[in-house]
Amino acid sequence: MGKVIVVTSGKGGVGKTTSTAALGAALAQRNEKVAVVDFDVGLRNLDLVMGAERRVVYDLVNVINGDAKLPQALIRDKRLDTLFLLPASQTRDKDALTEEGVERVIGELKRYFDWVICDSPAGIEKGATLAMRHADVAVVVTNPEVSSVRDSDRIIGMLDSKTLKAENGERMEKHLLLTRYDSLRAERGDMLKVDDVLEILSIPLLGIIPESTDVLKASNLGAPVTLSDARSAPAQAYFEAARRLAGEIVPVTVPGEKRGIFGKLFGRKAA
Amino acid sequence: MSILRLFTRSARRSAPAARERLQVLLAHERASTGSDLTAILREEILAVIAKHVQLDGDRVTVKVDRDENVSILEIDVEIPLDAARAA
Ligand SMILES: Nc1ncnc2c1ncn2[C@@H]1O[C@H](COP(=O)(O)OP(=O)(O)OP(=O)(O)O)[C@@H](O)[C@H]1O
Ligand SMILES: [Mg+2]
Repeated sequence: MGKVIVVTSGKGGVGKTTSTAALGAALAQRNEKVAVVDFDVGLRNLDLVMGAERRVVYDLVNVINGDAKLPQALIRDKRLDTLFLLPASQTRDKDALTEEGVERVIGELKRYFDWVICDSPAGIEKGATLAMRHADVAVVVTNPEVSSVRDSDRIIGMLDSKTLKAENGERMEKHLLLTRYDSLRAERGDMLKVDDVLEILSIPLLGIIPESTDVLKASNLGAPVTLSDARSAPAQAYFEAARRLAGEIVPVTVPGEKRGIFGKLFGRKAA
Repeated sequence: MSILRLFTRSARRSAPAARERLQVLLAHERASTGSDLTAILREEILAVIAKHVQLDGDRVTVKVDRDENVSILEIDVEIPLDAARAA
């Protein structure tokens, strides 16, 4: 049975979809079978970030309604044959996702895949609660910024009360993925530091993803950053996080912290 | 040093303020929106204590704080000195 991961945040635009694609591609490069599932019904984007937007025929809602079978809706990645996408639909109907439907689809995915990674919509409404409902592990994506940290705290509370695991009295495994981190600004005292966020949210750290134009480049090209530019700083950070998800013990590196005096004066590394 | 200052704006650092505001706010939000559980506990605890001691409903606070592995339930009851009642 595969593991179900929800990538969630409360706040919008913090990097859930980017992280779902990057972690999915990183795990698939370890030869594990991965399905990434877009739960953002009405605002699907994972297909674009994965570069599969023109291959979408059926989607999650079609499978739930019985209009399509799961294998018909799954899109195999062109670059990695162990990576699959289940797209969201563009319907405006908010009730398109049903609790029983989601349960059935996740149950089926778990049988075929080692990892089922659910890209949650922002907010705390039905879409977000259904995305987390069947998760074994939660990746809480947070930016080092007050409103994101506050919303993450709220989401952590929901993970501990509204998920199946929580209702069965089990402990929900939660990990913090700190994204868009700028160590220069943190060092200057203009941005919350890793330790600040960790102390406030009290969940273990999965990784620190630097703020980087490589992420934008990757999404322009329609490739997870761990595929398009595997040697870039954000890709390296996502590879590290994926190894930790898979249970390896890897020391956390703060990206860009070892900058010399020139780095400090002039901002970014040349690379 | 002076050349460094040129580049690092000498303004007050804002991150410590962010951190402090979050700590205060979240302590409050965890206590209030935490769940119905805190409200239920508060009612029942109040009822038990009120059997033995005269006290004001406002003087009982129930808070839930979160740690990596455990939640800490913090109960604060303020009892006036002259309130002890024969059981
Ligand atoms: N590490 C990063 N560095 C720079 N830009 C980033 C980084 N991570 C994400 N972004 C950018 O931030 C924007 C939002 O990212 P993304 O779509 O992944 O967020 P999201 O949490 O899925 O948003 P939504 O809540 O709308 O679904 C995108 O333009 C993305 O390219
Ligand atoms: Mg998204």
